[in-house]
Amino acid sequence: MQLLYHLIEIIVKCVVVFGCLMLCVAYMTWLERKVLGHIQIRYGPNRCGPFGLLQPFSDGIKAFFKEDLIPGRADKVVFVLAPMIAIVTAISIFAVIPFGNQFTIPGTNWVVKLRLADIDIGLLYIFGLASIGEFGIVLGGWSSGNKYGLTGSLRAAAQMISYEVALGLSIIGVIILSQSLRLTEIVNLQAGGFWNWNVWYQPVAFILYIICGLAEINRTPFDMPEAESELACGFNIEYSSMKFALFFMAEYAHMITMAAVAVTLFWGGWQPPLPFLSFIPGVVWFCIKLFIFVFFFIWQRGTFPRLRYDQIMKFGWKILFPLTLVNLLITALVISLKG
Amino acid sequence: MAENIGTLFQWLIFLGVAFISILASLLLVTRKNPIHSALFLVLNFLCVAVLYILLYSQFIAIIQVVVYAGAIVMLIVFVIMLLDLEVELRSGLKFSYTKLIGGFLALFFFLGIFYAVVAKSPTGKIGSSYTSENITNNVKAVGEVLFTQYLFPFEIVSILLVVAMVGAVILSKKRA
Repeated sequence: MQLLYHLIEIIVKCVVVFGCLMLCVAYMTWLERKVLGHIQIRYGPNRCGPFGLLQPFSDGIKAFFKEDLIPGRADKVVFVLAPMIAIVTAISIFAVIPFGNQFTIPGTNWVVKLRLADIDIGLLYIFGLASIGEFGIVLGGWSSGNKYGLTGSLRAAAQMISYEVALGLSIIGVIILSQSLRLTEIVNLQAGGFWNWNVWYQPVAFILYIICGLAEINRTPFDMPEAESELACGFNIEYSSMKFALFFMAEYAHMITMAAVAVTLFWGGWQPPLPFLSFIPGVVWFCIKLFIFVFFFIWQRGTFPRLRYDQIMKFGWKILFPLTLVNLLITALVISLKG
Repeated sequence: MAENIGTLFQWLIFLGVAFISILASLLLVTRKNPIHSALFLVLNFLCVAVLYILLYSQFIAIIQVVVYAGAIVMLIVFVIMLLDLEVELRSGLKFSYTKLIGGFLALFFFLGIFYAVVAKSPTGKIGSSYTSENITNNVKAVGEVLFTQYLFPFEIVSILLVVAMVGAVILSKKRA
């Protein structure tokens, strides 16, 4: 019976997290268009429902009923597989994110932990799946049989490999501080007020993580693989209908994951900013912090112009990579001197 | 009851993954299109990672995914995309010395693996294995052993990697 309850708990948690994530993705597209609109002194979507709130659903219905084209020169199996790889990995990463502490179901002594999987290698799992997810974009561009698509995916491959190195190195400082790869432990060590958050101990790492993270999920100013003005959408040029929507959703899901990891590693996860505020559930704090990051990602998209490709590669290898190494060295030195 | 179900599931996963892994390796060597081969290589690596997890070695499993399935195959795919695929496809199944040498090497490595399976401990030492009890400290255990007992080989490998990197830079800088 215990086993059955356990199974039910896992399934319910998976469904709830998946549903919330998909709803977040849908409303992030709305938020992004709205915020970008106001940044550019426009209204953004305002026709479908109040404040355009039903826009994501009408977009979804439109994408679903559009004609699904597969180009004649395309590698058909890979062409269909690529968006699936992108969306599956983007969603699966969320399995290890701890989005709250635990609570007891009223009337029973059944404790529900608010995370799907609490594994010893949580942080590495995120990187592993993110690196698999890159295949989605790279193969999508290649299999289209289109020059722009191929150029986009070559750029994506080079850019992601380059920034993955700096991204991985930037968070090693946090791992050294918390002496664990388990995300729950990293969060627990940041308990007791906002002055304990890792962002004060690893400020350089935090900024580097945000920059590399933006490059990793191909957001402006690093959106080289799909640069509209030069590559006419790059890797997803031949995609239409639901396959394009999958790529689109994968990008936004990935953005939420990047923000969630940033919150977990640097901003104390579900911990409240001040100890006496702990009567508000951790999930609320997690969502507030997540929203701040997501808003920042949208805001900076409306602010910065796209960089040139050679500038991106130079920036990644000659500035970010040495900076992360220096940050790592200093962190390790301080920790070893302290004992 | 619960333990029996757990064991049963482990066996089912093992059988499925092992079968897919063998299938993926067969397809990997028989596909004509190099990109498809690279994709089956990824599938094979992922299956091997699952096998590691079944052996309670999470750390090795995830390193397998990050380093091999992620980084290395991505580089392979990157290089294949830059190559002219038409020439590769036309060369087809012609005989060449590289294939002969590769075949011999494959046979050699297969015999090596076969020996390792049949002879229980080729080095005379049996490594400590992980069980479901001590799985939580997997990363810490690997790190400790790596930086104490196996520090010298670890450093040698890092020097080897630096040499390889310098070599690659020199080769690409050379004026033809």
